[in-house]
Amino acid sequence: MTLGLINANPIVHAKKERVARCEDSHCYFVRDIRDPEHPYSLEQLSVLSEESISVDDKLGRILITFTPTIQHCSMATVIGLCLRVKLQECFPPHYKVDIKVSPGSHADEEAVNKQLNDKERIAAALENPNLRQLVDECLYSNEL
Amino acid sequence: MDLDDEGSNFELKEIQTLSGHTDRVWSLAWNPATGTDDAQPVIASCSGDKTVRIWERSALTRSWDCKAVLEETHTRTVRSCTWSPSGKLLATASFDATTAIWENVGGDFQCVSTLEGHENEVKSVSWNASESLLATCSRDKTVWIWEVMPGNEFECASVLQGHTQDVKMVKWHPTMDILFSCSYDNTIKVWAEDDTGDWHCIQTIVSGHSSTVWAISFNAGGDKMVTCSDDLTLKVWEADIEGMRSGNDQVLWKHLSTLSGYHDRTIFSVHWSREGIIASGAADDAIRFFVESKDSVVDGPSYRLLLKKEKAHDMDVNVVQWSPGENRVMASASDDGTIKIWELATSSN
Repeated sequence: MTLGLINANPIVHAKKERVARCEDSHCYFVRDIRDPEHPYSLEQLSVLSEESISVDDKLGRILITFTPTIQHCSMATVIGLCLRVKLQECFPPHYKVDIKVSPGSHADEEAVNKQLNDKERIAAALENPNLRQLVDECLYSNEL
Repeated sequence: MDLDDEGSNFELKEIQTLSGHTDRVWSLAWNPATGTDDAQPVIASCSGDKTVRIWERSALTRSWDCKAVLEETHTRTVRSCTWSPSGKLLATASFDATTAIWENVGGDFQCVSTLEGHENEVKSVSWNASESLLATCSRDKTVWIWEVMPGNEFECASVLQGHTQDVKMVKWHPTMDILFSCSYDNTIKVWAEDDTGDWHCIQTIVSGHSSTVWAISFNAGGDKMVTCSDDLTLKVWEADIEGMRSGNDQVLWKHLSTLSGYHDRTIFSVHWSREGIIASGAADDAIRFFVESKDSVVDGPSYRLLLKKEKAHDMDVNVVQWSPGENRVMASASDDGTIKIWELATSSN
């Protein structure tokens, strides 16, 4: 992994009062995923908010958009992987997940979105032990 | 013929579901030497569970059983598998960066060779018609051509560079030693050998698909090919086959038709049957069939949807493959871990 942090001084927001939003036992706790570089959650860093997750239970589709902390964030793909793994835990396996960066939030928006949604690349990435470890740390860290 | 009659009703009948893999099934291949009067049909399938399974239909019960599980060889997902044209060897491509060659030795499948060289995940492998060459491709952006030597030895003949991204599939032309590759870089490349024995790219189709091209399939005559993409379209291409046969390197593949508006999620697989039916497998769990429409003659043939089978599987369909032996019999495999055998039949009214 890189020695220096890519975004050493992120803007941190207070955790919002969490309104209970668990309908049909789906969990919406993706916002608690820890940012790969900092001991803060993606929500605290304004990477994710309530509006950025939409679920269509009838079709079994989920769309998540997130805002990387800076325009050239190379951690975007890691965040995308974390979101995907977390959603796999929360939703039945047949749900289809599309993950995108919010429009205008990343310099290589199209390229990042393509990589975030290539099923084969995702499968191969999650078989990479180093990447898998990083994802697990973001998901299961107890620092929150 | 019923394919020409637009009033004909077709249905896709499910013959059997083959379960056993413990992770998604990425690909499958019918053994080309089987499915005749003497030899019962055999299918090889490969999975995220790192194994390859061999399935055979019993002559007695007509039911498919798993005859072998090829494990403890690949250390990561097995992404693609393909039989040699004679049916004697099976090549398997894996995310562990190797390609394994298997031989059926008295009912027991043994790994007789391991091809190393790619820097990372191998995505696809293909044998040429005469079984003298093997091609592999990888996320390392290269396509490798291997020469098949006696005694199950394989020698790297060429490392082809040119794609600017992950290469998803390689496929030899059905009759000529011309190689095709398709990629995450949205292009299709055509590779051929020159007089000095060097392989080089003779055509790059750039203004075709607008996203990753996942698969290529040729029609029976070898003068047309169909490609499928993340851009939600199928595209049909044609070339002057006589020109190709006479060794003309300048023969180019031209766009013939685009089938758009039929798919709303990534199309992972496409396969053209001997009879001319194009089958597609997509990320919306459906299998679709297209045939040439006899109506339009003006700008060349167009294609119409013959049938859409929704919810063919519970999850993404990763591969569709027509049986080489039996008419209108097809197999598909999915993220749901199963393989399904189907028969495309005209529905009796």
